[in-house]
Amino acid sequence: MKRTVPLMIVMVGGILMMVQYFIPHQYSQVIFNNYLEWAPIVGAFALILGVGSLTRLHSHKIRRKAQNWQYSWAVLIPLFGMPFFALIVPQSLGGGSDVHGVHDFLFMHIQVPIQSTMFSLLAFYIASAAFRAFRAKSALATILLLAAVIVMLGQVPIGDVLGKWLPNTGLWILRYPNLAAKRAIMLGVGFGMLATNLKIIFGVERNWLGGAGK
Amino acid sequence: MYDTIGIWVGAFFTLAIYSFLYKENPVYRLAEHLVVGISLGYTMVLIYNTVILPKLLEPLFAGNHWILIIPGLLGLLYITRFIPSIAWLSRYPIAFIMGTGMGIGFPLTMKAYVLRQLEAAMVPLYESGMPWYEVFGNIVMIFGTLAALIYFFFSKPHKGLFFGTGSKIGIWVIMLGFGATFGFTVMGRISLLIGRIQYLLGDWLHIIE
Repeated sequence: MKRTVPLMIVMVGGILMMVQYFIPHQYSQVIFNNYLEWAPIVGAFALILGVGSLTRLHSHKIRRKAQNWQYSWAVLIPLFGMPFFALIVPQSLGGGSDVHGVHDFLFMHIQVPIQSTMFSLLAFYIASAAFRAFRAKSALATILLLAAVIVMLGQVPIGDVLGKWLPNTGLWILRYPNLAAKRAIMLGVGFGMLATNLKIIFGVERNWLGGAGK
Repeated sequence: MYDTIGIWVGAFFTLAIYSFLYKENPVYRLAEHLVVGISLGYTMVLIYNTVILPKLLEPLFAGNHWILIIPGLLGLLYITRFIPSIAWLSRYPIAFIMGTGMGIGFPLTMKAYVLRQLEAAMVPLYESGMPWYEVFGNIVMIFGTLAALIYFFFSKPHKGLFFGTGSKIGIWVIMLGFGATFGFTVMGRISLLIGRIQYLLGDWLHIIE
């Protein structure tokens, strides 16, 4: 019951869904349509695990007054504040027909700026990483450096000023050698995914069972 | 008023994140924790509004889709993860998602990652009227893909004309690809940086249009 049944569910479900893809019969389609209705519902409840774990971790930190415990409130308050203001009291901040609620404010004016700033912050770190990595110490490092510089210059107006060949060469690199490398990597990833799929379906790979009970 | 306060709050948190460039500080840490809480809270609302309500609760309360109780109960079994004595029950919904997901994923992966890629790599080397750089590009793409695949083939030692030379050409192609990807990523991040600077100088301080 604890291990065999889940492994059987995986095997039967996996083989069934794999086979239905190749059988364009109406029963097969019914199974697939039912799956499309059920899977998001079952998957949605997985969020409970995430919310539960995060709540447990931070409430624990607050209770034990662990290091930097004050910041845990900054996680827990918006975590439950968002659903509260969105679903229970979705009042508008502007009043009347104004659609902007508290949850909308939190998302648009805190979440969006913080996230895009975090991604833009990487521009600084990527520049410093480039400074260290892009030293033309070997032929391969020089190729890496040249490809990156040509692609970067090819996408900004100064590249056009330096010569028409620059954006064209940048585009050529992106279209041909870059695609060749990506395609080889994608084929490798694809074969890896197929092998992993089969390993999970046939119970060779069981790590997903976790350690909950034996 | 709403927009003005919003822009000031957004500018404050933008600067809070940039303050990390100097060193980690309490304001940065506050922003970092807030974004975790808000994004998960937002996901909860999104999942409720797009899945739980329209696909489960509404059909159930309409009274004509009682069968949906099964995925509902299966999903609720996730909660047992927090009760150690029956935590193993949480494997059932995971098994359902895992098994069916793997089954559906198999033919789709085969199609998207293998067959389509092989199909797209089989281009004519030369056609009449094709410019030289396209002919050269097609040669690079076909033989480059093969060479890169040889580089990733570890079952044979990379020696001799086929495996040795092939893998050497392969690593050159891969380095070109990595360089191009790096350059592309840098440009993407710089665009985001420009966007944030425009927000600070334009929307917030009104220094630029």
